Amino acid sequence: MVKPKFMEGPLKGNFASAYAAMDADVDVITAYPITPQTTVVEKLSELVGEEEFINRQNVEYVRMESEHSVGAGLVGASYAGARTFTATAGQGLLYMTEMVHWMTGARLPPVVAIQTRGITGPGWNIWADYGDILSLRDSGIMIQFIASHQEIYDSIIQGFNITEHPDVMLPLFPAYGGFVLSHTAKPVKRIPWEEAQKFVRPKTQEWPHVWVDGERPIMSNALIMPQSFYTEFRIKIHEAQMKALPIIKDTMAEFEKSFGRGYGNGLVVPYKCDDAEVLLIGYGGNALQAEDAVDKAREQGYKAGALRLRTYRPFPKEDLLYYIKKIPYVAVMERALAFGSPTGGAISTDIMAICQRDPKARNANIVPFIGGLGGRDVFLDEQIDQIKILYELKEKGEVPDRKYKMWDTFWTGLITGDKKVEVENQEYFGDI
Amino acid sequence: MSYSAPRGKENITPHPYGTNTQMHKLMGFPFTMFCKGCGYGSIAQAICRVFKEENLQEELFPFIVNIGCYSSMPTVLPGKTFMTLHGRGIAVATGVKMANPKLKPISIHGDGDLLSIGTNHFLHGARRNVDMIVILLNNNIYGMTGGQLAPTTPMGSKTSTTPYRYGEEPIDAVELAKVSGATYIARWNTSTIRDFMKSFKKALHHKGFSFIEIVSQCPTQFGHKNNLPKALDGFNFIKNNSIRINKAKDMSPEELKGKYIIGEHLDIDRPTLWDRKSQIIEKLKD
Repeated sequence: MVKPKFMEGPLKGNFASAYAAMDADVDVITAYPITPQTTVVEKLSELVGEEEFINRQNVEYVRMESEHSVGAGLVGASYAGARTFTATAGQGLLYMTEMVHWMTGARLPPVVAIQTRGITGPGWNIWADYGDILSLRDSGIMIQFIASHQEIYDSIIQGFNITEHPDVMLPLFPAYGGFVLSHTAKPVKRIPWEEAQKFVRPKTQEWPHVWVDGERPIMSNALIMPQSFYTEFRIKIHEAQMKALPIIKDTMAEFEKSFGRGYGNGLVVPYKCDDAEVLLIGYGGNALQAEDAVDKAREQGYKAGALRLRTYRPFPKEDLLYYIKKIPYVAVMERALAFGSPTGGAISTDIMAICQRDPKARNANIVPFIGGLGGRDVFLDEQIDQIKILYELKEKGEVPDRKYKMWDTFWTGLITGDKKVEVENQEYFGDI
Repeated sequence: MSYSAPRGKENITPHPYGTNTQMHKLMGFPFTMFCKGCGYGSIAQAICRVFKEENLQEELFPFIVNIGCYSSMPTVLPGKTFMTLHGRGIAVATGVKMANPKLKPISIHGDGDLLSIGTNHFLHGARRNVDMIVILLNNNIYGMTGGQLAPTTPMGSKTSTTPYRYGEEPIDAVELAKVSGATYIARWNTSTIRDFMKSFKKALHHKGFSFIEIVSQCPTQFGHKNNLPKALDGFNFIKNNSIRINKAKDMSPEELKGKYIIGEHLDIDRPTLWDRKSQIIEKLKD
């Protein structure tokens, strides 16, 4: 047995992705470089030939000619029964979109790590912004938002247990902020190979519905007429999403039992919600910072709580309603724009929709916040200000006014004219 | 934010051709953001020279710039520039040409985007014979994203995605252009910049799809990993591996393996996409 080069210590988020894929025993990796994903596929190309892995695993690694081909490669390898992994970001994900829809339609189970980055709009942007992954929210993929380095590793290990479950069979896209998590280093603990293999779902030779097999020739993905089962197939994808909710919870519970660390129930991660009067809902790295904002606000006498949305598709309706019914003053902080939607944000719109359908949550106050687009920093002061806005709403009964409030949405960090561009926040940097 | 010349370079008189650049016009000083020893700066300067010597009207020769190391070249280029998506330059240029046939778009590509993600546009642009110029800046690697294996990387090179020197057969862009139907094809390297300028001038006056490849050294990403750490090492490596086309005619394929055949490979006339369209319109009118 060869001693592993890395087991525990500071590790970049992207390297954590690479190690997790290898420890989950993937068979095929297709790759194409795009900032800020590059170091994932570079590390994987190194790991596939490293002494630790080469003796026990046979991983095929191909550097394809574009992201579209990467997606197609994953589809082909998954059809043949292989466990597949890749990583991409921003424009690359948008170019892969056609194949992503095919993955969900054909019910194939790859895990694709996303280092979110701003979409090309006015000029190029390569920094954290969840607009890329949220543009795929209706494609049928499962989306998870990751907030820490260890969680990147753990989520990918758990990923294949969820995607390859016979009731699910849909791809999972764990997303974390580009550069914020991908290029910074924090302590990460790897799971030893034997223990990981006990946890990870044993490989089946064939998927429940379709596989490439010479003994059993079939034709799949042929034309479906409107009278035949197109509608039923699409409803089956939705059904699989609904069935995935308890499976994600079970997988997280099993993971916590095996390795002693977990992230809420796998769907949402509450923080000091038991006695809270106002609630901050967020996702990704910003939501982890909101926990600091809650601590600071509690020092000033504001009883706040934070709720981190970890799984966005399937949408954890019951879990969110449980907290919203208890705490009816809710701020939803987003790091992506859904242009033209009722609030400007996809997730706040979804939360408003579930509240409307529940008689007890119908009167909850949902306040949408959008900020941190294209990698702009969201400061602790700004998040504490969100809590203060909720308290003003609670006392006066109406949403207060701010200079950065437009179309009933608060645009956190907006340069409004009287605000300096260079924000110096000693407290923020002191905590890190 | 205020713009000023890079530190220590405030009092330097700009190069005579530097005054022709977009950066000089906008900010009063020319500079490039290329790595030390990169060949792209000299190529950009050659393009500036041609624009000055030929007294070209900048509005008629828009640059379409894709994504790669050369994406910072618009700071040095003389004309109007559009940034597009990775590899889509030729398709965008076709659109520009269709909208305004007076323009002659110049699409600048790297080996990563022209020969990998955007190859289909290259084949079909050449097949249609769109009246435009494609300049391929070939540094044998994906430079900007951190030195991954590119479709032109020589067999057995070390890159960040082939740490064990596992290689794939590289593409010959000139041969690809020939079979696709380009009407003017040339290949040069950074040691034959004057020849490149002559070729570029010729391409500007040529009607049809012109393709010029220029092989450049990359000390930062390619050279560093492949025992060519200094700019001159890479420069000489390419120079010594290049053979003029008239010499190459008498050599066997084995001798030419891994060599860059430099020179003018093709110069023919063929009706362009716009010509054929006007012919058909004339015919229909009759």
